[in-house]
Amino acid sequence: MPAVERPLIYANLRQPGYTVDIDCYLRHGGYDALKKAVAMKPEDVCKEVETSGLRGRGGAGFPTGMKWKFLDRKSGKPAYLVVNADESEPGTYKDRQIIYKDPHQMLEGIAITAWAIQAKQAFIYIRGEFQHGAKILERAIVEAKAKNFLGQNILGSNYSCEVVVHRGGGCYVCGEETGLIESLEGKRGYPRIKPPYFPAVLGLYNCPTIVNNAETMAQVKHVLAFGGAEFAKIGIPGDSGTHIWGVSGLVKRPGLYEIEAGKATFGELLYDLCGGPLDGRKFKAIIPGGSSTKILKFGERFKGKLPNGTEFDWALEDIPLDSNSIAACGTGLGTGGTIALDDSVEMIQALSNLNAFYAHETCGQCTPCREGSLWLSRVSKRITTGGGMETDVPLLLDIANQVAGRTICAHGEAVAWPVQSAVPKFKDEYLESIRRRQRGEEVNGLRLI
Amino acid sequence: MVTDNKPSLVALNVDGVEYQVSAGANLVDALASIGKEVPHYCYHPKLTVAGNCRMCLVELGSPLRDRATNELVMENGKPKIGWQPKPAIACATNVSPGLHVRLDSPTVKACREGVTEMLLLNHPLDCPICDQAGECKLQEFSAEYGRGYSRYVDEKNAKPKHTKLGPRVTLDDERCILCSRCVRFCNEVAKDPVLGFVNRGSYNTLTCFPGRELTNNYSLNTVDICPVGALTSTDFRFKMRVWFLKQTSSICTESSTGVNTTVWSREGKIYRITPRRNDAVNDTWMSDSGREILREVDAAHRITAPQVRGAAADLESALTTAGEILRAGAVGVVGSGHQTIEEQRLLTHFAQATQAKAYVPARAGSADGLLISEDRTPNFRGALLAGLTNRAADRDLSALKADIDAGRVRTLLVCREDVTTLGLDATTLAKVRMVYLGLHNDATAKAAEVVLPALSVFERSGHFVNCQFRVQSFVRAIPGPIGTLPDVAILARLLGSVTGQPAAFDADSLWKDLAAKQPALADLSPSKVPSEGVIVDGSAWANLSFPEGKLLKFAPATKA
Repeated sequence: MPAVERPLIYANLRQPGYTVDIDCYLRHGGYDALKKAVAMKPEDVCKEVETSGLRGRGGAGFPTGMKWKFLDRKSGKPAYLVVNADESEPGTYKDRQIIYKDPHQMLEGIAITAWAIQAKQAFIYIRGEFQHGAKILERAIVEAKAKNFLGQNILGSNYSCEVVVHRGGGCYVCGEETGLIESLEGKRGYPRIKPPYFPAVLGLYNCPTIVNNAETMAQVKHVLAFGGAEFAKIGIPGDSGTHIWGVSGLVKRPGLYEIEAGKATFGELLYDLCGGPLDGRKFKAIIPGGSSTKILKFGERFKGKLPNGTEFDWALEDIPLDSNSIAACGTGLGTGGTIALDDSVEMIQALSNLNAFYAHETCGQCTPCREGSLWLSRVSKRITTGGGMETDVPLLLDIANQVAGRTICAHGEAVAWPVQSAVPKFKDEYLESIRRRQRGEEVNGLRLI
Repeated sequence: MVTDNKPSLVALNVDGVEYQVSAGANLVDALASIGKEVPHYCYHPKLTVAGNCRMCLVELGSPLRDRATNELVMENGKPKIGWQPKPAIACATNVSPGLHVRLDSPTVKACREGVTEMLLLNHPLDCPICDQAGECKLQEFSAEYGRGYSRYVDEKNAKPKHTKLGPRVTLDDERCILCSRCVRFCNEVAKDPVLGFVNRGSYNTLTCFPGRELTNNYSLNTVDICPVGALTSTDFRFKMRVWFLKQTSSICTESSTGVNTTVWSREGKIYRITPRRNDAVNDTWMSDSGREILREVDAAHRITAPQVRGAAADLESALTTAGEILRAGAVGVVGSGHQTIEEQRLLTHFAQATQAKAYVPARAGSADGLLISEDRTPNFRGALLAGLTNRAADRDLSALKADIDAGRVRTLLVCREDVTTLGLDATTLAKVRMVYLGLHNDATAKAAEVVLPALSVFERSGHFVNCQFRVQSFVRAIPGPIGTLPDVAILARLLGSVTGQPAAFDADSLWKDLAAKQPALADLSPSKVPSEGVIVDGSAWANLSFPEGKLLKFAPATKA
């Protein structure tokens, strides 16, 4: 059976004539879930989300209900809700659709979440480049306040919550939750050390804070609309709801595909939905969930055991599209931003491109990430420009090993994982790239050095 | 004497060996307390934890507990240890009971090697021309924990060099390892947030904010805490290799705070003064102005030789003349808060022997709430303990002037104070014969019949009592000018000349005398004064109004 989409988040925004104004949203049943939520006790809303099994959509896939449970409610300090709309992972463009085309869906989720955690102030930290998106959101907030879905005394519940849109300064690390908090406080976007600065305890202004991804907010709306138990039936146990796959790169039909978790495979996504590789080409590898996730190579066999004990033996095409299955194959679902690479791609150039990105985006606060990312970039760049040595290939891996797991935030892993996964899989090709340049051969029709 | 309450101890397991350390202590400090060094750059015990250098990565574990029963999980009769999957920074870890640490594992070794290699990638490696060489953490840890060779063949970053951050501090950004100690110091201690990083990633650059300068009076502390040669003292740089310098423990004479210092000297010349850690007095800080006091030694107006009636004389004849003058009677004595307690004690004896009234003038200044107090003398409390005075410091010498004008005082012994600034004008001074034991060729020296050279704090040893009534010792760092004697020797000679008996001036005799006569100093002797000083009971003077307000480690007693 060919894979089919199950639009949930994108259900409305894909309809012809759907607009961003609140009237259009209300015609599509908008804010009904919020009405349902404020009629419930906040802790019951939390319970619904926990029951739903919803996992965060920011990349780490942390269970949303559990995250809310960690919120320190004993400190007596106000709690804040921060929505991470700093979508900047290369290959990822799913949140942008929601913000630009269906802002009220996200705002409704924000209002529900704020009610659940009893936050009186919510912030939307939006990527600086989403200038127009910020305006759309601001207009939507005004509309929602006028209809009493936000602001003072929401829907007569005696509960008030203000939402502020804050535009980022254009930095990848400010998508890391504690870097985001620092940036929101007006400081340099340096991620904080954990411990002690776990956002749920010492977050924004050192108050308990929940930081959730933009799409997660939209998902929360549907959790309430369906009810937790019903929502949990979408997808598979352990990963409920839909995943939005933003496929880019060398496929016939790149784009966004919303698929029920675990109900299709990479093969179905790439061949059925995306139309397969370009004519005359063959797939070589995919980066499954945004540039930081570990690369998968076509032709690899993936063997192991799922968390529920099921043993598996898959080709890349067979891997089901759910968090646990993808994690069991040594990579991650991440943000679902899949980048497809075919046999026209020279892998060292792809790696060099990624390394340059991470070297440019490291905040430079802690040593391994700051120095390691630039070193990786310089070595891989040197290889592509003909100055490579065969010792550079093991060196790349060694540098990455010195970064991963030793940094303040997960940017260290983001720097290291592409290298740690690609070097063992494409070692021979890298060595050949070095030798070809030493021999003065042409690369991609260009004679390099 | 006040005893500290010992903090409670907990067990800390380091590489399989159990130790007892203070509960809740920072792991870096706790390990240091049992002699285990954890290399670190960004961590500083007196600043907030930044956790950015990653040099102190260690492996941490704690006893596992059963989730259902909360009982310890046992393995071979011992609690089973759950080790964290990733190394953690020791500086952001506080000691909890049963904490297990691995310092000597392949992972920890690899972490240190990795961080060291990374830090050196873009470092200029210019140790041969770097002032920090010899006291550089990067140099030390690279030798201790580094690989010994570099695998880096690409170009290094170029960054600004010899930038003047302010009047006293010079920055070399290529040497900077971005530990942010200086930034945190300016924000948290000096409360003068002018430093920050610009640019991003490996191109991060330390700088002053636009239009700002690092001008605050604590700016040189950034140089002290810089673990590498990025921040250097504009005054000290290129002057001397630190390994040639002798370190002597001293006390800053800037104010009654009594900041603990280290004097760095070579062959009789002082090159720099740095703070010495004392958690009860100055933490690890000192003022820039306090470091400038070393200029006193070679100051142009310094008295380096005795004078009799304006003409240079040898010390022996000057002392003889001084004795003759002082034996004439009707003596007045002006002591100083800049004298040591030993000198003040001898002066007390002198005043008693001559039935002279003693004055200790105040030197008032403005305070900064940190380490500079309103009382700009290091030892006024010493004058109280020594019995030289029993009242608050004299704001002027009008009482003495009245005595002189009335002919009740005809001879004067003045120590270290320029009495012309305290109300004794030339007309008044013309009525007395004056012996001046002083440091500077000031108006008092010109009016004095005999001028005896005093020694600076760096040239003599002794004890000061700070505003907390903390007795602190300092040691001679360099010899005084040729032909001079320590102040105690001179005062003992003057005392002897009025009593006819030779007076002892060795520390033992002076302290025996102090301990016998002053209950607050009973049982105290120089050997019993620890390096952090010792607080003595000053309650006898609780009713005096002292000028000091709140300081970093001092709060004035609230009067009932």
